[in-house]
Amino acid sequence: MATLVFLEHHGDELLKGGLGVLSKAASIGDEAAGVVVGSGVGALADVAGEFGAARVYVADAPELEAPLPQPRVDVLARIVEETNADAVLFANSVLAADTAAGLAARLDAGLNWDLVDIARRDGKLIGTRPALQDSIYADVGWTSTPQLALIRTGSFDPAATGGSAEVVDVDVRLEDFSTTARMIEQAHEESEGPSIEDADVVVAGGRGLGGPENFTLVEELAKALGGAVGATRAVVDAGWYPYSTQVGQTGRTVSPKLYVACGVSGAIQHKVGMQGSGVIVAINKDPHAPIFEFADLGVVGDIHQVVPKLTELVTQRKSG
Amino acid sequence: MKIAVCVKHVPEGAKRIDPETKRLDRSGEGALNPFDAHAVEEALRLKADTGEGEVVLVSLGPAKAQDALRKALAMGADRAVLVTDDAASGSDLVATSRVLAQVLARQNADLVLFGQQGNDSDGAVLWAAVADRLRLPMVSQAAEVTRADGSLRVKRQTEFGYDVIEAPLPAVVGVSDAINEPRYPSLKGIMGAKSKPQETLSLQDVDVSADTVGESGSKTEVLELKTPPSRGASRKIEDDGNAAQAIVDFLTEKRLI
Amino acid sequence: MRPADFPPPFRPDDYVGPPTDPEDERIDVGVLIVGAGPAGLGCAIRLGQLLEDAPDVRDRLGEVPIAVLEKGKTPGSHLVSGAVVNPRALRRLFRDRKRIDEMPFYGPVDHESVYMLTAKRALPIPTPPTMKNHGNYVASLSQLGRWLGEQAEEGGAMILPETSAVKLLVDGGRVRGVRTEDKGRGREAEPLGNFEPGADIVARVTVLAEGTQGHLTGVALDRFGLRGDSPQVWALGVKEVWKVAKPLDRVIHTMGWPLRPQAKYREFGGSFIYPMGEEMVTLGMVVGLDYRDVDLSVHDLLQELKTHPLVRRILEGGERVAWGAKTIPEGGFVSVPKQLHAPGLLLCGDGVGFVNVPALKGIHYAIESGSLAAEAAFGALSRGETPWRPGALAAYDDAVQQSFIWRDLREVRNMRQAFGRGFWLGGALAGVMTATRGHFPPGTTRTERDADQELVRSDRAGSYPAADGKLTFDKLSSVFAAGNRTRDDQPNHIVIRRDVPREIAELWERMCPAQVYEAGDDGISVTPSNCVQCGAITAKGGRLTPPEGGSGPEYTLT
Repeated sequence: MATLVFLEHHGDELLKGGLGVLSKAASIGDEAAGVVVGSGVGALADVAGEFGAARVYVADAPELEAPLPQPRVDVLARIVEETNADAVLFANSVLAADTAAGLAARLDAGLNWDLVDIARRDGKLIGTRPALQDSIYADVGWTSTPQLALIRTGSFDPAATGGSAEVVDVDVRLEDFSTTARMIEQAHEESEGPSIEDADVVVAGGRGLGGPENFTLVEELAKALGGAVGATRAVVDAGWYPYSTQVGQTGRTVSPKLYVACGVSGAIQHKVGMQGSGVIVAINKDPHAPIFEFADLGVVGDIHQVVPKLTELVTQRKSG
Repeated sequence: MKIAVCVKHVPEGAKRIDPETKRLDRSGEGALNPFDAHAVEEALRLKADTGEGEVVLVSLGPAKAQDALRKALAMGADRAVLVTDDAASGSDLVATSRVLAQVLARQNADLVLFGQQGNDSDGAVLWAAVADRLRLPMVSQAAEVTRADGSLRVKRQTEFGYDVIEAPLPAVVGVSDAINEPRYPSLKGIMGAKSKPQETLSLQDVDVSADTVGESGSKTEVLELKTPPSRGASRKIEDDGNAAQAIVDFLTEKRLI
Repeated sequence: MRPADFPPPFRPDDYVGPPTDPEDERIDVGVLIVGAGPAGLGCAIRLGQLLEDAPDVRDRLGEVPIAVLEKGKTPGSHLVSGAVVNPRALRRLFRDRKRIDEMPFYGPVDHESVYMLTAKRALPIPTPPTMKNHGNYVASLSQLGRWLGEQAEEGGAMILPETSAVKLLVDGGRVRGVRTEDKGRGREAEPLGNFEPGADIVARVTVLAEGTQGHLTGVALDRFGLRGDSPQVWALGVKEVWKVAKPLDRVIHTMGWPLRPQAKYREFGGSFIYPMGEEMVTLGMVVGLDYRDVDLSVHDLLQELKTHPLVRRILEGGERVAWGAKTIPEGGFVSVPKQLHAPGLLLCGDGVGFVNVPALKGIHYAIESGSLAAEAAFGALSRGETPWRPGALAAYDDAVQQSFIWRDLREVRNMRQAFGRGFWLGGALAGVMTATRGHFPPGTTRTERDADQELVRSDRAGSYPAADGKLTFDKLSSVFAAGNRTRDDQPNHIVIRRDVPREIAELWERMCPAQVYEAGDDGISVTPSNCVQCGAITAKGGRLTPPEGGSGPEYTLT
């Protein structure tokens, strides 16, 4: 099966989300080709080969400099047409989601989003899509080709295979309307730390911290782990921490790779906002706290003892 | 400025998936998708800024979606157009965008606004499909929208920070839920909403053939529902002074540090 | 120690006043009904019928002849009941218009059982005459409320949801209408960016149909000195709806376990288990709030009840799909206000305590009283009378006194109080009262305020089962199941003293089915956004006021 994977880049680097999807596509036996779209991006094509791409289509033109979706729809539509690709896969991002949906309309192709896994079953592409706050999983399919899919952030890790890819230059022809939206000012600087919804690691504090002043323990651990700080509704209600950090039904829904809950009881309101996390570590002095029922590792202990020590060990490890 | 806002009626309260149809059970109470309230608010704000124009609500959904539309009318929108047709139920992105584009083309709005996502299906891409069908410029994740002389300046939030993008009108914009705080409908607004025009159209009225929408016109399908994988055995340890080390070991084993 | 020793800093006068909006900005309606429950909607529907036949009167009432305010998202959002409904009032209301089989009922009651429970056993006992349900219908009151809302709108009423009525507009001794609650205030009551001030709604006649613990009803009773001879008392009901594997074939009531019979605990109550069609069962626990044990929790007693073999068998293989909690006025006849009207004002339904406790019925009284209120209002309006002339609405009191509401409540007027003397003696007295159709004992027995009961402490909480998330649940999961979506950062709407002794704080913590209160070392902390507005706090020493409109639970099956 010929599968195209959209490889988004930022600056001089291909994003690892796209590379992870590429590796996954190659691993399920598809003839995976990468698509790199931008201006002066030729050098990025080589990287794709290392992660499983047999071929890389490169659309290189000044009009493609800005990360805007509509010209990318034009490029991809053309590649799909010329290669008769069976599937086009995207690692989710603002740019990728818009590009995928535009392409779906252009080609009258089915798009399944928020997939956490893909597989081939009897040659048929099947996606796994969590629904209703991840409380249920659905196997989803497509009734026509090409099959378009947006993959949830962090679902697949890039696996370097050390191969090299054939680079194919794509002739860039854009629709009139696709270039009317213009980038005036592009974001360059990284924000101060990851936002809570995008962070790979979230360290959350709950009422078990005892008081607002103890949030520094959480902040320091988050800093050591390179993550963002979250808070429970009880804590936000009590005015210890801002609402923008609240994780839960009425706050943010997060799905980081690692979620560390400090003094969080694990009420259902909180749970629905973080149960999609990869690994959950909970520290709480109440052995009956519900969070222990769904934490991968639960520590019954005093926050004031465990957390500072953990921060110290993590910092040591990272620097050493 | 004439602004069309695409809004959705979503099930309210605890949601469930019907194991028979494998679709979201939409039989119960519904409400205006809360993310769409931000788009309505932004439309009202832009209309007030320009001092003239019209805010039209456009929706595809069951007949009872009129209630959700009334809520947006109570906020201050001028009128509503609802396409409702049994043949359209179960429409996926391709099919839904086809119907909406067809309705919007007739409305000839200067600006089409969408909310950030549906709180039912978590879909967050419809604007892009609709814009492609309408062949209009599109910007999503708008954190700020300002109007200047036949064009629109949009501050877009991405994973990397804020971009500023300019698009000529007419255009399609998806707004984030951080763009504004939707107003509460005033009591007079709620009372007035009951007499604002609410048009109901069938697929035939908007020249969409029934076989290009609904299940037959959709290109995706739900095959099977499963219980999510269990998280694996959870381990619970008491802190005997070495718990921090145990956590570090665990994170190392999981390749998280 | 008694909760009443720590009264809330609540002054009814703060919630009464003349209109403050300029005259041309006030919203002017004909008849204003507060509360879209069975009473308010019964009133709206009956009024719609009367105005339909009297277009001249309708025209005199302006653009909006009938307006109904509802604090929930929609009619039914805040309704919780058993419910086995006596169809009498609905039949009268919809005479020649709707048949019973067009109403959202789960069918008539065919079989019924009453059990006396012990921890392990269920002893069938004969159904007491007051509890016979033959000819009655099972319903979800939340669903019935939605349906009544549709009927009211079809009949010309304008329902205004997500709108709390917070202040009674009284000018020159007459009720002019209500002021609605502001929206968009922050935790410290500061206006937020989307602040939307409330509005004065003025009307010819204002009908308060707020249900149990009605905020303005309480304010009006004080303002016009209408409180009855005996104080109102309440029970707290907590219920769940389950999807079940096998249908339940009868209506079940239980008495006894997990409640204790000794008079010193004053635990009066029982449970109900009703089929909702073939697929669902609703069950609940109702306990009088005159209980004395600090550790009593109706929420947890319901969880305990479900572990009884009788109940466990019914729920086996099932799944909880809904939860709700609400207080029930239980004072009955002796607690009904002295007068049900004031200049420009009518009071009906649960707000004035039209509940027959031994029969476990109130919905049909609510509908009937709403309907009678409509007739009284219409009578005054059609005579061209000024409804705020003292006595202009007196016909309502007369009509209620000649109705089945009065007859029924009078007959059972002393029963609830008897149970304050322990379960067995109370039961025996109730039997005699029933046999004599209320002639024994002659006269009436007073009620005592729930908050006046001396507190005791036992090992009550020791037997509450731990939540397993399948059969038994903790309070937060229950609040979640109620669909509660209250904005977290709105002002606190619960008025209590914070500096209460530990015992009072723990009483509230245990009592509240929604985990609003938490007793701490220095008083009590409150999480108002968990509140499902059941009203128990008002009975037991605090005061519930309406939060921002649209807040609270989102009941659909209760």
